[in-house]
Amino acid sequence: MNILPLSEAIACHVHDGDSIALEGFTHLIPFAAGHEIIRQQRRNLHLIRMTPDLIYDQLIGMGCAARLTFSWGGNPGVGSLHRLRDAVENSWPHPLTLTEHTHAEMAVAYQAGAGGLPCGIMRRYSTTDLINVPHAPVAATQCPFTGDPLTMVPAINPDVTILHAQQVDATGNVLIRGILGASKEAAMAAHCLLVTVEEQVERFDADMNAVVLPAWLISAVSIIPGGAYPSYAQGSYPRDNRFYLEWDDIARERNTFLDWMTKHVLAVRTHREQLRLLGVLA
Amino acid sequence: MSAAEYSADEIMTVAAARQLANGAVCFVGIGLPSAACNLARLTHAPDLVLIYESGTVGTRPSVLPLSIGDGELAETATAVIPLPEIFTHYLQRGRVDVGFLGAAQIDRYANLNSTVIGNYPHPRVRLPGAGGAPEIATYAREVLIIMKQSARSFVERLDFRTSCGYLEGRGARRALRCPGRGPQAVITDFGVLRPHPETDELQLAALYPGVTLDAVREATGWPLQAAAHVDVLPPPAPTDLACLRDLHARTRAAHSTPVRIAPAAITR
Repeated sequence: MNILPLSEAIACHVHDGDSIALEGFTHLIPFAAGHEIIRQQRRNLHLIRMTPDLIYDQLIGMGCAARLTFSWGGNPGVGSLHRLRDAVENSWPHPLTLTEHTHAEMAVAYQAGAGGLPCGIMRRYSTTDLINVPHAPVAATQCPFTGDPLTMVPAINPDVTILHAQQVDATGNVLIRGILGASKEAAMAAHCLLVTVEEQVERFDADMNAVVLPAWLISAVSIIPGGAYPSYAQGSYPRDNRFYLEWDDIARERNTFLDWMTKHVLAVRTHREQLRLLGVLA
Repeated sequence: MSAAEYSADEIMTVAAARQLANGAVCFVGIGLPSAACNLARLTHAPDLVLIYESGTVGTRPSVLPLSIGDGELAETATAVIPLPEIFTHYLQRGRVDVGFLGAAQIDRYANLNSTVIGNYPHPRVRLPGAGGAPEIATYAREVLIIMKQSARSFVERLDFRTSCGYLEGRGARRALRCPGRGPQAVITDFGVLRPHPETDELQLAALYPGVTLDAVREATGWPLQAAAHVDVLPPPAPTDLACLRDLHARTRAAHSTPVRIAPAAITR
């Protein structure tokens, strides 16, 4: 079992230029890990996530990213990710190369990566203009058995996938409860898997079909209560929808964004300090 | 009931909800579609099966989610499954009756843009992008679209085709043998547009009380044709309005509740 402080886990396993996938769909987004990457000033990262969410808005705005692979880049139910938009529309703080999918394509690409296939397969030819953009990440083909039209999506195999989960047990296995998104596939597709968890327990109280990642798949586990905040951990704390609404104003302008990040991420040493500063510790 | 007694958003949401039949399996987009689908479930369609792309199947939230993966959706779902299965086992396999979508731009053949305004490499406005919409638009047996109508959003030419409606029209979609029939109604803040059965071009099919044909045409970027008979829809029923307002009030209260992370979780 390899339980490490988060700062060490990131220092050992996330390098400049790596492709990294911080997954979790609305739920269990590993914010603490993302903030540690920002504090350690990683550069030229290839960020991969179905829904970039606030965490990639922050990584992009802080200059950590050179490339983004994604399938829906908004603040859900609120509007734009302003830092993502500023990077795409104005190259601030750096130009950002986009590899853009649909959700279904990206799910298939993770599944292919998880299963050791070079590409994933979808029925039919795509009818979206995404296939016409430069370096479009899909190709048309036919089924060799039926002749049916198919769309091929190259596998995604991140250098590092980072997840947040509810529990790690005494031997280092990790339990995920609730909405999964494509996190299991992203985990199995990765060359290196890092996990942050809410808590450590002796053993899980879970159904035998529960989603458990065996310890030997995981390079490091860090115990970070509240590590998904302002996303959520089912059973521990809800999504802070109010913060997602407030982020719209914080991130709209470069200076308010930088002020917020400096105060709440760069100037604190740990996620717990940040939670205390934000007043969310009960 | 006079026009002043309900908002354009409200009559649009109620009109959209009424399009949904009880028992249908519905793939729900975030925002206005989510409000309409849940209103339908709470009123005339209690057995509507709502699927959100986060992996929640048969969810029955008491408040509207802000995102498509709020905990409320998981806690009230029949099943919470991995997201890839939503798109393969359910959507691609043909198990979704209705896809309910919004977008930033729509054209006369109900093709949708949610990707960019301007050109793709150097957009004037970078929009969120495709999400689940292109496959929903392809595979759902039918598609409903809800959008606020203006000449800027109902355009002669899309800047980018994210999701297909009837493509170039006149049977182009049928020629591709798309599994789904395509968009059956576009519900706006003026009324309802439906595709012409042969040309596939969207026509005005219904208006809300007090809305004029000229006003809708002014809010459309192409020369909008009216169907042979244009219905005037009734104002929203007081029970529908009350239900929708309660839903929004519960949602506002839930979304403004401060989150506190318990010290027990922190010290453990």
